[in-house]
Amino acid sequence: MSKKDIIICRCEDVSLQDIHDALELGYRDFESLKRILRIGMGPCQGQTCSHLVKNEIAKYNKVHPETVKIHKTRPLVSGVVLKDIAENQDED
Amino acid sequence: MKTKAYIVIIGAGISGLSIAYNLAKKGVKDIIVVDKSHFLAGATARCGAGVRQQWATELNCILAKKSIEFFSHANETLNYHRDIEFKQGGYLILSSSIAEDEQFAKNVKLQNSLGIPTRHLSKEEALEIVPHLNPNSFTSATFCHTDGHVNPFLMSEAYYLAAQKLGVDFFFFNEVKEIILEEGLIQKVITDKVEIDTHKVVNAAGGYSQEIGQMVGLDIPVYSENHEILVTERTKDMLGPMVMSFSKNIYCQQVPHGSILMGRNNPKALHNHDISSSWRFLDEMAKTVNHILPEVAKQRVIRTWGGSYNISPDFQPIISDTQVSNFFIACGFSGHGFMFAPITGELLSQIILGEELEAYAKDLHISRFDNMENIDREHSVV
Repeated sequence: MSKKDIIICRCEDVSLQDIHDALELGYRDFESLKRILRIGMGPCQGQTCSHLVKNEIAKYNKVHPETVKIHKTRPLVSGVVLKDIAENQDED
Repeated sequence: MKTKAYIVIIGAGISGLSIAYNLAKKGVKDIIVVDKSHFLAGATARCGAGVRQQWATELNCILAKKSIEFFSHANETLNYHRDIEFKQGGYLILSSSIAEDEQFAKNVKLQNSLGIPTRHLSKEEALEIVPHLNPNSFTSATFCHTDGHVNPFLMSEAYYLAAQKLGVDFFFFNEVKEIILEEGLIQKVITDKVEIDTHKVVNAAGGYSQEIGQMVGLDIPVYSENHEILVTERTKDMLGPMVMSFSKNIYCQQVPHGSILMGRNNPKALHNHDISSSWRFLDEMAKTVNHILPEVAKQRVIRTWGGSYNISPDFQPIISDTQVSNFFIACGFSGHGFMFAPITGELLSQIILGEELEAYAKDLHISRFDNMENIDREHSVV
């Protein structure tokens, strides 16, 4: 299977090929890759891609995956309608 | 690793990148850019991605207009393989009082005199541009159709790759600890990893420019404060221009990616390096957007973050040499360093190389704060 067809980040449609190209260009940590490729910036906030990307970074840098830091987790964990916050209501 | 440089630029944010590119383009060799963290860890990647020319001071208007001219052909100039996503959807700035409208009339006159095509709009005209605005949330507006958006990550990468091609070296994860002077002359920049011999330094350290200044005994009158932002999920095209209100404290724009960014300031923010996210911001932001743009408030917020504004006494940048020989500064952008970056690099490279400066650029000098009574303060800020 071509690396172009292996989707790593489903929210932002980023393939394994995109990850490898960016590593090759010199972006070697998660936060840098995130800024160029938008991995971890979609609705799931990296819940799917972060560990896959972590492994790719570890392989490329020839280090153990445990030593690779993933991106900073930010509020909110799940999507909330702004209007509900403004009106202090529960989401349906 | 190279340990000798003609010039060391501290900070690989958009200002440092633009300065490095402009110097390298003019043939300067042996440029090293040092940054304490990874690519775009600071304010550039945290900014609101807007580029506007509607200002209340002549200086800011000129800087913004020249920068927009650069953005319009940046992909070609920098030979960039991706797209910086320059979108000219305009900025629609809402007024909510007679006093604000009177100030806007003056702003429009100033902007038009400088060739910026801003128009003063009635409420009805503004509603034609964004029909879902709450008509009760404003009284009139100004609109400049050539304002808009640039992707901060990709604009930075375009400068970064172009500078690298011209031979600029980048040392990431190198935090500057000390700048060594002998008899008032710069000798060395010492980071936590390397010592670099150099006689020239640029302070483009954004939120940390005050601390870098102190390393050479210079007290730069700037401070940093946290400004928070949120982003919604990607959604249908629903907002052409950036919608902004100074009195209601909001800016809100849909970026080409489809998500909607919005931010506001916290008048109680402390002067420090905090960049955390607060529930207070989320609560107030939601209420403000729900009042002005109720259709936008139906979208889901997926992430919030904070970033440092590096604020100067007149809310205009400091781009200048200093009383310390060969120590140059580009800081105090007061939240607008990204949109002014192209002109920042051009002007500071002229200053460093001793080229003739245009008259307006002299007003960016740090010495303007020697007498605080006469400064022309920018009021059009969120």
